[in-house]
Amino acid sequence: MKALLTAEGLTKRFGGVAAVDGCSFAVPEGSITALVGPNGSGKTTLFNLLTGYLRADAGAMTFAGRNVRRPDPTRLYRAGLTRTFQQARIFPKLTLVENLVVAVQQPWRSIVRRAIGRPDRTRALELLEEFGLVQLAGDAAGSLSYGQKKLLEFATVLMGRPRLVLLDEPTAGVNPVLVEKIEQHIRGLNGNGLTFLIVEHNMNVVMRLCDPVIVLDHGTKLAEGTPSEIQSDPRVLDAYLGG
Amino acid sequence: MKPAAAARALVVFGPLAAFPFLVHTDWIVNIGVFTLMYAGLATAWNLFSGYTGYISLGQAAFFGLGAYTLGITFNHVSIGSGYRPFYALPLIGIAVAVVSVPIAWIALRTRAMTFAIVTLMLLFIVQQLAFNLRSLTHGSQGVAVPQPTFSSNFDRPYYLAMLGMLGLAILACWYVRGSKLGLMLFAVREDEEKARGVGVRVTGAKLIAFALSVGLTAMIGAVWGYYLFYIYPESAVDPLVMIGAVLMTFLGGKGTLWGPMIGAFVLVPAQQWALTNYGATRLYLIVYAAVFVVILLLLPQGILPSLGELATRWRFRAPRSNVKPTPKRAVS
Repeated sequence: MKALLTAEGLTKRFGGVAAVDGCSFAVPEGSITALVGPNGSGKTTLFNLLTGYLRADAGAMTFAGRNVRRPDPTRLYRAGLTRTFQQARIFPKLTLVENLVVAVQQPWRSIVRRAIGRPDRTRALELLEEFGLVQLAGDAAGSLSYGQKKLLEFATVLMGRPRLVLLDEPTAGVNPVLVEKIEQHIRGLNGNGLTFLIVEHNMNVVMRLCDPVIVLDHGTKLAEGTPSEIQSDPRVLDAYLGG
Repeated sequence: MKPAAAARALVVFGPLAAFPFLVHTDWIVNIGVFTLMYAGLATAWNLFSGYTGYISLGQAAFFGLGAYTLGITFNHVSIGSGYRPFYALPLIGIAVAVVSVPIAWIALRTRAMTFAIVTLMLLFIVQQLAFNLRSLTHGSQGVAVPQPTFSSNFDRPYYLAMLGMLGLAILACWYVRGSKLGLMLFAVREDEEKARGVGVRVTGAKLIAFALSVGLTAMIGAVWGYYLFYIYPESAVDPLVMIGAVLMTFLGGKGTLWGPMIGAFVLVPAQQWALTNYGATRLYLIVYAAVFVVILLLLPQGILPSLGELATRWRFRAPRSNVKPTPKRAVS
C-alpha cells in the first residue's frame, strides 16, 4: 500500500532530553494506524512535529508524495492533514455551527462574504446530524459536556475534507457508549477512504480498530506490525511492564 | 442591511446629526466633538483589539500620523473653502493603513503582554520621531494648520466630520462582525493555536483588522489636528488619549458593537462635567475615577455585556431548585 505520510529520522530535543529521537515510520493510505507507547514516549511531541506546531531539530517528512520542508498547521490543513487535541480544543464562545464553519477552507477573496453562507451551514448541519449534536447547533460550544466537545472537535476537522486525520486520544475520558460511537465514526469514515493516525491508550480500541500498530518508546520506533504481532512482541511487553 | 439594524442606526445617528443644529452653545458642541472623537477611537480600537484579543497600546501613534499627514499636506496645498481637508480624509486613512502593515507584521510576531509592550513602544518611537524630524514636523514648535473661515457655528463641520468617522467605524465593525473575517478574528481570540490547526490564516486576518483599525484611527486624528490648528508631538501622540480609548472600550463592553461608543458617551461628558465643577481643586480626577470604579463594580464585564446578562437572567428567572449547574471544565 502507498504511504500517505512518511517521517524520516524526526528528532526533537528539549534541552538535553530527546523527546523524539530519529523516528521513522509511514502511514499507509487508507489505513487506521495506531501510535502507542508508554507515557512520555513522545507520542504527542511527534504529533506536534507532524502538524507543524513544533519545529523538528532534524529529519524530514512527506505528505501525499510531497516533501514538507517547513510544516505549518494552516498550510497542512489546507493540503489535507489535520488533527484533534488531547484536551478537545473547541471555540467555547462560538456556536456549534460557527465552530464548524470556521474550519471551512476559504480563499482570501471570500472573507468579505457573510460569516455563514448557505452551503457551509448545510454541510455543518449534516455533520452535526451525523454526530448527534444537531439539536445543539445554535448553542455556545462551551456549554457542551466533555464527550460532546470531543465529538464536536472531531466533526470540525472533517469540514476541511481532509485526507489524513491525526486523533490524539479520541476516547480518553469518554464514557463507554461514546467510545463505541467514536469507533463507529472512525470506521465509517475510513470506509469512505479517510486515513487515520491515532494515539490511543485504550488497548481494546486499538486492537479492534487499528492496523498497523506502531509502538514508540523513548522517542524511537520500537516495533511495528499487526495488532496480534504487537501483542506478542516481547520488546513491547518489556517497554510497558519492565520500565 | 436588515430593517431592524437600519432602524437602530437611524435612532442613534439621527439625533446625533441633529444635535449641532439644535444646540448653538459653542462649548457644548465642543464637548460633543471630543465625545465623538473618543467614541470613534474606542470603536476603531475595538475592531482590532476587541475582536482579536490582542491588546494594542500603539494606536495613538497612528492617530498622530494622521494628524501630521493632514497638517503637513495642507501647508503645501490650499484648503480651498475650508472643506477640502475633509475630502482628503479617505486618502489619509488608506495611506496610513498601508504604512501600518509592515509595522504590524513585525509587532504581530509577538503575543499577549509582549504585543502590548511592543505597540506601546511604537507610540513612543513615533512621538520621538515627531520631536526630532524637525524639517518635517518642526519638532516641539509644532505644525500650524491653515485655519478655515467657517462663518457662524465654527464647530459644526468638525462635529459632523467626527460623526461621519464614528459612523464609518461602526459600519466597518458591523460589517466585519457579520463576515468570514469576523469569524476568523473571533476564532483567533478564542484559541489561536486551534484556529491555525483548522486552516484559519491567522496572520493575514490579524493584519487586515489592524490596518482597518489604524486607518480609521488616522482619519480621526486628521480631523482632530484640523480642529485644533496646532499639532504638537506630545498632544498628537498622547498615551492618555490611548488609555482613554481603551478604558472606554472596557467600560462599554470589549468585543461588542456599540459598547465602546457607549463607554465614550458616559466617560467623556462625565470627565468634562467633573472638570468644570471640581476643576479648581484636584478633586475632579478623583470624581472621574470614581465614576469608572462604580460602573465597573456594578457592571464588571462592561456596560453592554453586563446589561445583556441581567436581561437574560431576568427573562429566564427560574425557581432555585430548577437551576441547572453549569458544566465544569474538564481538566486533563
